[in-house]
Amino acid sequence: MKIYDGKFIIAGLVAFIGLATFPIWSNIGKASPLPEPKLDTPAIQQMEQKQCVLTRDEMRTGHMRLLDEWRIEVVRNGGRIYTATDGKIYEMSLQNECMRCHSNKTRFCDACHSYVGLPNSTPYCWTCHIAPREKD
Amino acid sequence: MEASRRKFLRIGGACALGLGALGISDALAGSSEERETKRAEALSAARWGMAIDMKKCWENGKPGCIECILACHACHNVPDIGNRKEEIKWLWTEKYENAFPGQLSGLEPPAFRERPFLVLCNHCANAPCARVCPTRATFKRADGITMIDYHRCIGCRYCMAACPYGARSFNFKEPREHIKTELNRAFPTRERGVVENCNFCEERLGAGKVPACVEACEKQNCGAMVFGDLEDPGSKVRKLLAAHFSIRRKPELGTEPGVYYIIQGAHYA
Repeated sequence: MKIYDGKFIIAGLVAFIGLATFPIWSNIGKASPLPEPKLDTPAIQQMEQKQCVLTRDEMRTGHMRLLDEWRIEVVRNGGRIYTATDGKIYEMSLQNECMRCHSNKTRFCDACHSYVGLPNSTPYCWTCHIAPREKD
Repeated sequence: MEASRRKFLRIGGACALGLGALGISDALAGSSEERETKRAEALSAARWGMAIDMKKCWENGKPGCIECILACHACHNVPDIGNRKEEIKWLWTEKYENAFPGQLSGLEPPAFRERPFLVLCNHCANAPCARVCPTRATFKRADGITMIDYHRCIGCRYCMAACPYGARSFNFKEPREHIKTELNRAFPTRERGVVENCNFCEERLGAGKVPACVEACEKQNCGAMVFGDLEDPGSKVRKLLAAHFSIRRKPELGTEPGVYYIIQGAHYA
């Protein structure tokens, strides 16, 4: 079988595949280190039982759903108080309750959010909510 | 499989019955526990409202007193843009002829027409802003407060066109850069591209406190602003309104404003 203009076609194909797979081969072996959200804030260190609103696994996979439920309850229904399954009472507030313990937004929230490729402004919590002051 | 018309109807009927029963099972499942989410100390009302006694405001306050405005704007991180076209205001002053255009005879005492009237969102019972909002970001709470869910506001400004009182402001600029007061770190700011207005201090009511403007007015021993439940005949605001003549802004529009102005007879010459 003869391909007319074969050398041009094959050279073009090779160049195309090379370019199309550029993101893969240029990043081989350069995996970003896994994010390590820091839990060493003074407020957390003082806690006897280091327990968030939900269990760690539930918070990892469902913190966005919890925040969404809190938002709806506070803004639209005027409720402020969340009773956890262990009976503990929390104020439903990102700015005043979550960040009271997690006062290290850049090393807690941003650690994972930037690892998964969300730019700093997404999720856009901090365009309105005021992030806590951080020392460094 | 052979399907006769009779068989088809029978299966269809069974399916319809089944779907109808879904609603019943949902209702039974939904009626489980309803957790209490309000604070014990939270203030509640059937309909929040306000009465402003303008004579007390002018005579009891210090000259040019705007403590209520300063308190409100500091408490809610309201920016000071410094430009009338883009200004953000929750509570401000307006002349009589602008605040009450339909109630202007032209023969009022000249001094009266020069005085500042405090104006804010009227938290109307028939709020036109809430009716036109395409995303339902603006809505009426059960206690009569007209609220904006800033998460849902898309900045279309229909509500601003609908509000006959000019009580809504649009953030043309990033507001954070223009906050001149010390930042209240317990309350959020807004972002560029959303509309904002007075929220009757719903965050303070939820914590058992009266609105910031009312508190500031009381601190000045002025007592011009009275806040309370308009549906409760025993409330302070209802008693005050029952004892004094009051007017509302543009009542002819049928929006049923919740802010009343007490006009006491006096010589302003």
